[in-house]
Amino acid sequence: MTLKTPAIAVAALLGTTAMAAAECADPIKVGVLHSLSGTMAISETTLKDTMELLIENQNAAGGLLDCEIEAVVVDPASDWPLFAEKARELLTVSEVDVIFGSWTSVSRKSALPVLEELNGLMFYPVQYEGEESSKNVFYTGAAPNQQAIPATDYFLEELGVEKFALLGTDYVYPRTTNNILEAYLQDNGIPADDIFVNYTPFGHSDWATIVADVVALGADGKQVGVISTINGDANIGFYKELAAAGISADDIPVVAFSVGEEELSGLDTSDLVGHLAAWNYFQSAESEANDAWVAAWKAKMGEERVTNDPMEAHYIGFNMWVNAVTEAGTTDVDAVRDAMYGQEFPNLTGGTAVMLPNHHLAKPVLIGEITADGQFDIVSQTTEVPGDAWTDYLPESAVLKSDWQELGCGMYNTETETCVQLTSNY
Amino acid sequence: MRKSFVAQNPSVLWFIAILAIFTIGVTLLSEVTGVNMISTSFVKTLGKTLCLCLVAIAMDVVWGYCGILSLGHFAFFGIGGYAIGMWLMYARTEGIVVESLVGQPLPPTPQEISDVIGNQIFGVVGSSEFPVIWSFADSLFLQLLMVVLVPGLLALVFGWLAFRSRVTGVYLSILTQAMTLALALYLFQNDSGLRGNNGLSGLQNIPGFEDVSQATISIVFFWASAVALALGYVFFAWIVSGKMGSVIKGIRDNEARVRFLGYHVESYKLFVFTTTAIVAGIAGALYYPQAGIINPGEIAPIASIYLAVWVAIGGRGRLYGAAIGAAFVSLLSSWFTGGGAPNVNLGFYEIQWTDWWLVLLGFSFVVVTLFFPKGIGGLFDLLVRKQS
Amino acid sequence: MRRILFLALALWLIVPVATAAQTLQDILQTHQEEVLKPGRRSVGVVLDDLVASGLPQALPFLEAWRDREIVQRDSDGLFFRATEDGDALALTDLDTGETVPAAVSDDFTESRPNGGVRRAIGDALVQFQLSDPDITKRRAAVEAIARSMDVSQLSPLEGSIDTEEDPALKAQKTRLVGMLQALFGENTETRVAAIEALSGDLSVDVRAVLNRITATTPKIATEVPEDANVAQILTVGEDITQEEAYARLVAAELAAPLITKAAVRDALLANIVDGSVGGITVDKLDTDAARALAYDALALDGLVAQRVKDTEKVEALAAHTFYLDYTEPDSVVTDAASKAIRAIETNVALSQTADLALDALSLASIYFLAAIGLAITFGVMGVINMAHGEFIMMGAYTGYVIQLFIPDYTIAILVALPVAFAVTFGAGVTMERLVIRHLYHRPLETLLATFGISIALQQLAKNIFGTQARPLTSPEWLDGALVFNDVIAISYIRIAIFVLALLFLALILYVLKRTRLGLEVRAVTQNPGMAASMGINPDKINMLTFGLGSGIAGIAGVAIGLYAKVTSEMGADYIVQSFMTVVVGGVGNVWGTLAGASLIGFLQKGIEWLNPSNTLAAQTYMILFIILFIQFRPKGIVALKGRAAAD
Repeated sequence: MTLKTPAIAVAALLGTTAMAAAECADPIKVGVLHSLSGTMAISETTLKDTMELLIENQNAAGGLLDCEIEAVVVDPASDWPLFAEKARELLTVSEVDVIFGSWTSVSRKSALPVLEELNGLMFYPVQYEGEESSKNVFYTGAAPNQQAIPATDYFLEELGVEKFALLGTDYVYPRTTNNILEAYLQDNGIPADDIFVNYTPFGHSDWATIVADVVALGADGKQVGVISTINGDANIGFYKELAAAGISADDIPVVAFSVGEEELSGLDTSDLVGHLAAWNYFQSAESEANDAWVAAWKAKMGEERVTNDPMEAHYIGFNMWVNAVTEAGTTDVDAVRDAMYGQEFPNLTGGTAVMLPNHHLAKPVLIGEITADGQFDIVSQTTEVPGDAWTDYLPESAVLKSDWQELGCGMYNTETETCVQLTSNY
Repeated sequence: MRKSFVAQNPSVLWFIAILAIFTIGVTLLSEVTGVNMISTSFVKTLGKTLCLCLVAIAMDVVWGYCGILSLGHFAFFGIGGYAIGMWLMYARTEGIVVESLVGQPLPPTPQEISDVIGNQIFGVVGSSEFPVIWSFADSLFLQLLMVVLVPGLLALVFGWLAFRSRVTGVYLSILTQAMTLALALYLFQNDSGLRGNNGLSGLQNIPGFEDVSQATISIVFFWASAVALALGYVFFAWIVSGKMGSVIKGIRDNEARVRFLGYHVESYKLFVFTTTAIVAGIAGALYYPQAGIINPGEIAPIASIYLAVWVAIGGRGRLYGAAIGAAFVSLLSSWFTGGGAPNVNLGFYEIQWTDWWLVLLGFSFVVVTLFFPKGIGGLFDLLVRKQS
Repeated sequence: MRRILFLALALWLIVPVATAAQTLQDILQTHQEEVLKPGRRSVGVVLDDLVASGLPQALPFLEAWRDREIVQRDSDGLFFRATEDGDALALTDLDTGETVPAAVSDDFTESRPNGGVRRAIGDALVQFQLSDPDITKRRAAVEAIARSMDVSQLSPLEGSIDTEEDPALKAQKTRLVGMLQALFGENTETRVAAIEALSGDLSVDVRAVLNRITATTPKIATEVPEDANVAQILTVGEDITQEEAYARLVAAELAAPLITKAAVRDALLANIVDGSVGGITVDKLDTDAARALAYDALALDGLVAQRVKDTEKVEALAAHTFYLDYTEPDSVVTDAASKAIRAIETNVALSQTADLALDALSLASIYFLAAIGLAITFGVMGVINMAHGEFIMMGAYTGYVIQLFIPDYTIAILVALPVAFAVTFGAGVTMERLVIRHLYHRPLETLLATFGISIALQQLAKNIFGTQARPLTSPEWLDGALVFNDVIAISYIRIAIFVLALLFLALILYVLKRTRLGLEVRAVTQNPGMAASMGINPDKINMLTFGLGSGIAGIAGVAIGLYAKVTSEMGADYIVQSFMTVVVGGVGNVWGTLAGASLIGFLQKGIEWLNPSNTLAAQTYMILFIILFIQFRPKGIVALKGRAAAD
């Protein structure tokens, strides 16, 4: 299988031969902590497969430090306490060198204390709400300023939206993101009365009233836009109701932060055409590295499979880690962490991702319009935006700063010039 | 009296003896003694399992002995966890905050300290103010009291309303299920002040014992769980064996007759319902510091149904059966879903247990209810009968 | 010097081209960057130039641009119109319209105007399209005007009315002219007349127009100026709080700012001398009271600003008037507009209530449909079937599978309904035969066994179909909504579900009350022994009844899948709700289930209306209400009386 896959551009850069790998007695272990069953399996299984593909490719390119890389896959079953338990197992029983894992914020917060206690290293690949910085986690997904804020700017600038409906599923990511956006919009002169916020439960299906409320927002002659942090299945009913009410993307545009290629695959997207999504990656991005990556993924998983943003995050994260280990000459967590700062790796969308001292990446922000075939037409692409752990738009966190390289602190209060704490706030 | 109680219930001695041997054995093999045959994460799993056994015993008393199929006992379990979790979070954060504020040019006011703690705890869910329900979070004693009081009061009020209206049988089951659903939905809201879907996390770090290793802490909690289970077992064995036990079992078999005999059925049911709720709360308070995180998903209706299933598989109407059922099914579950079980290759199809375990579990409920209504505990009857 | 020369040279080169034979390509070349990567704000220049040029080929270009058919050749920067032709691009010259040899798409960069730009293009197209022979283009132009509502569009629109042939579009144009006149009419009379003509209309865009006219800005003055068009004078303490009013004064720099705690802290920090501030040692400053004392001491020394006293605050507030000022200076117009708004608002409120009632009715019908099967198995037979939700799911997946085989959605749905019934009927009968009939005397154990089946079925569905939500697409004639007026509307899918619910209500009532089977069912449920002695086979009847209940769940699954989603967990979403519907309504009675579903549906919408920002809270409170309701009325709304009520 691996022979057939076109060599990934960068994997080939590491010139060690495959023969050397056999000499290594103790393989390098990479823990994969993604749910393979339960509600999150739908999203996370793809990431497990991504990790397996990346490791296969790396081994084909000669492994790492003359050693074969071995994936240790565990299943935390979408059960949040299990993330802590499995993380401990990975670090103490399987003794992995690094973990790639987690999707939801609550699962990350469950694993955090264990990672910090045992000084593990985890790469977290999903867009999240920020307001956190751990010495032991590299956040390769988007922070709010790499997804939500640029998307809102696009609404304000390009679509001239004057009135906002922030619709979200009731959990921490939409709550925090919407809080940040509310503050941001008010800074940009949108009065509080022109921001409508609504939270619905997971899997909500009864959207008629909410859609009617959103339409009614237009009664004062202002252009209305929806910023959606609606999660998963609930999106289907929402877009169906929008279409039934005869609302097109021209009337009321919707930008979603949790709808990507994977979520759209197998859906009838004809009702959704023209609505938007903001990510750091779209499968439709035009670059050679992306073509190779999409081809490799399809060769492994099947023609109908699609790639998405968290997969790119793992792609960048894994390759950066490989380079950092090569640079440090060891998989020791502290040495690798030091080698991580300033690591550069080409994005699949073009440009270069840089690992910052606050454990976030600098990545470009893309905004795409949904097309009829379930892909995205990229209508806006920024230059690299450095990820910000603590948002500048909430007064409590505006004073905080994360810098593990120089200050050795993830929660540094620039006003009092003290480190609030070394562990993260879980 | 004491003698006759033990004589009447030989299982109590057996249970405690086996539990003691098990506890000591695990301790000796754990990381603490340096043997390191049982990893800390497995000690935590075993400790949690003991807590599940405790709540299963409580469930057995309320269902197996008193005939009330409550599908809401995990709500009490969760409330216990939340009550202790609030103190754990508050005290740990307070420690961090106070430490970070040392050496400031101006000493902080109490209000400032509280603001920073609030921001630390609720910042992650986009708020920074302390909700009213956290008023007592700074006091371990008061929160421990809450572990007992909140589940107890909730059960008392709910039970009083339900039993007074003579809601029985499946109606009561659905009603208790509605109760736990309402509570879960309430906690899911960020506005509830308990951090919504995120719940309370980092509970494994005990304030004041930051320097103690998790290996030690896990053993301490393991012992605490074992002691709680033993005490709970003795307590419930005592309750169901006396005269009161006969009345309770009478209610299960024919409520109307017991009422005609002049007993105040409602009071008995209320007593059983409330007591078991309190025990469930205590079990939860021991469970969640070992799990490390509590969130509303834990008290979704399905958890309480699983509880009933454990009891059914273990064997209703015998306390050790409930404990065995809980331990057996939950450990088996984690073995199968943890990838411990080897895949079965059928030639044309490979059975992966992560996918098929729930199917197997589901159908085994059917088989157990249809063919082995006495559950695993029933096997002991066979053994005893053979011997005699 | 050299630069000026250069400029002169350039002008000399360009001017003749511009005046003599300017082509479309030339204009595009001057704005290369804006054409290739257009932004809403930058595109205006291009559009202005294109419109000003008066070139006939600008119109097809703009349409092609809007439809994303414009590409740029990387080698020479020329723009073409392109359509995909397999891997290659079929190119057309923009000026001549001639076909250019096809090319590989790699050598071209696509121009992708975003939604905002497309709207701007649409606005520019308006003047070309208003009298276009193609009605779809005319319609698009009218829609574009309705979106932008710009003063420049008034006269072209007016001019196009007379020649409009389509009566519907003509009415739409007239209406739009009315709205534009209300906003931009020449004199007060035309505007007031236009406003009065609008006052019966409760559509969102008319309200938007009127609200634009009556928009206000908050102002502060010691005395309200004579010429101000005042909307409302705000009373401090009633219309705005004291804090807010004072904050506005501070913002307008009409009063001294209040000293906040943070400001006190900063002031103290800045004035620490030898470990003490204002005569108080630093270590004592750990209460707000001590800090206040220290601050006042500093203020006495003149080191910091004095704290604003309460009396000063009251005086400042009393000295100023807070009022809302119309942005529109003409008071006659604003009066007419606010009168029109008041008239419309009453109407809107009534319509919103009606719309909410429709939503509630629709929700109730969904709950009813989900629960009606349960009303038979649980309500009539007394079997607790926790796998009922999974039967709903099975029905939905059946619909999905059938759509895979039958591409015509209408036929697929018509086939899916009976097949879903058959599949779940079969599943129900199998389950009844294998499991439930052994447990008729142990209802609580039925609950456990069926729960086992429920989780097994759920996981099986996951293994077969994956965890991803599957689409169940409704036929086209169910797309869209039935619109009563601009506020009251309901989607056809929901109407279809409502009709389906009514149909099944009628069907079940008919089966239970009017058929032999129904008679036998009622006989068996009331007294199986007696029924058996009358020659009824209770086994067979139980089997059929259970099958019927399950089959209806399957059909409900198709309906629910159509309006929401098909996942393995969809059944679990409805099971608790369905049980509550049956219990609240009253067990053993189909009318009861209807009552229960209505109560729950309307209640939920009612609570949602009270707290529109949090749907989860609405669900929580609704369940709490149900718990309380059952405590006080354990038999439900429609309680059976007499012997039939005995358990």
